[in-house]
Amino acid sequence: MNLALTWNTAKRVLTQLRRDPRTLAMLIVLPTGLTWLLQYIFSESPVPPTGPIFNTIGPRIMGLFPLILMFIITSITMLRERQSGTLERLMVGPTGKADVILGYALAFGLVATVQAIAMTAWSVWPLGLEIPTGLWRLGLVMVLDALVGTALGLLASAVARTEFQAVQMMPMVIIPQLLLAGLFVNRSDMPVALEYVSDVLPVSYSIDAVNDILAGNGDGIWVPVAILVAFIAGSLVLGAMTLRRRTD
Amino acid sequence: MRNNAPEGAAISIRALHVIRGGNEVLPHIDLDVPRGQIVGLLGPSGGGKTTLMRAIVGAQIVAGGSVEVLGHPAGSAVLRSRIGYVTQAPSIYPDLTARENLAYFARTVGEGADAVATTLHHIGLADAADRPVSTLSGGQESRVSLGAALVGDPELLVLDEPTVGLDPALRRDLWGLFHELRDAGKTLLVSSHVMDEASRCDRLVFIRDGAILADDTFESILADTGTDNADAAFLALTDRRAA
Repeated sequence: MNLALTWNTAKRVLTQLRRDPRTLAMLIVLPTGLTWLLQYIFSESPVPPTGPIFNTIGPRIMGLFPLILMFIITSITMLRERQSGTLERLMVGPTGKADVILGYALAFGLVATVQAIAMTAWSVWPLGLEIPTGLWRLGLVMVLDALVGTALGLLASAVARTEFQAVQMMPMVIIPQLLLAGLFVNRSDMPVALEYVSDVLPVSYSIDAVNDILAGNGDGIWVPVAILVAFIAGSLVLGAMTLRRRTD
Repeated sequence: MRNNAPEGAAISIRALHVIRGGNEVLPHIDLDVPRGQIVGLLGPSGGGKTTLMRAIVGAQIVAGGSVEVLGHPAGSAVLRSRIGYVTQAPSIYPDLTARENLAYFARTVGEGADAVATTLHHIGLADAADRPVSTLSGGQESRVSLGAALVGDPELLVLDEPTVGLDPALRRDLWGLFHELRDAGKTLLVSSHVMDEASRCDRLVFIRDGAILADDTFESILADTGTDNADAAFLALTDRRAA
């Protein structure tokens, strides 16, 4: 890989996003709007002794918004790149496979950072979220969620043949992870077989990290964060390997 | 496998064999493309033109044979900034402007804004440079795609049907540009299914069903077949092969 070539692709992807105000709005306005909806539905529920429900549910759910949004956007954009011939043109030239994949990850990572800052800020003020450890940790987990979505979306684009199929990959790849992540049942209370499955799924570690944050165990997040980073790196390498200089 | 490329051949193909989806698209083809010439690759669609071009730029999985380009095996890393490739469908980003598209591909080969401006002028799009490609006409779009290949000033241009759908004045201008590039020492391999573009090439390769029917100058092909136009020559060669 080459830094200049990677940044060239990242810059191009960001320019494309800038040209598409609806998508850009969807990336920033939609997750903040959904966070507001999440806070609103609990606003008239009786407050349990542990504090407002939004304080415990909000951080667990909020990370799923960037995950899902980035998965869809990345899988479709990358599929277009594969099918429009632009990827073939790039692969005939000096740009490396890693430059393309990392360029996308860098561009969407920057968008994810803005998204995480907007969501965290919005959830604290005006939505009144209070968590026991530093907010930046929650923001960090949300950026990693977005990057997991990006990395999985890049992989999905290698399997899907059409945009229609790419969209269908979302419920297939994301929903089982939500069910197994420990949102509904603690992972340790699940049947052993499912617990093992949840151990290899990235979203489980994102929820683990949020649970540490909510338990006031700020330092506890580093193990799940390291696992998430490793998963993202591994998926990006795998994603780069699905690009081919020669095709049939 | 013999490998006796003539001195200075830009492209030298020996026994190239390509199978796609179980069908033999190119059955053991031999072909040499001399440097500094415009070679027209003519024939009906489905005849193997695109597959041959993809093999030359190193984008096609091949079943056998050898393809040497500018002295290196096709697909070598050293060739990547020396070949310009234009696919049949415009392979550019419709949401970016012409200038942004060219700038992106220019930077992949280490070129900057000067090369972009010169290329926009060459392809006649200086006036529409800052409009998103999606708002351009089909002809303008295919010229942006061509520009993205020209911007790196490559030694070899592989152009798959670059003039399809263009009005006659634009086609004349583009051929003028191709001749300028040739005069500057570049090699061009240009495919077309429009036979009347034959007279604009230095050399012609007729290809049909993966077989090379002729590989010579236009004049020699006409003399050999006793015909006076490319269409008739192509038919004569097809009949001769069938006989």
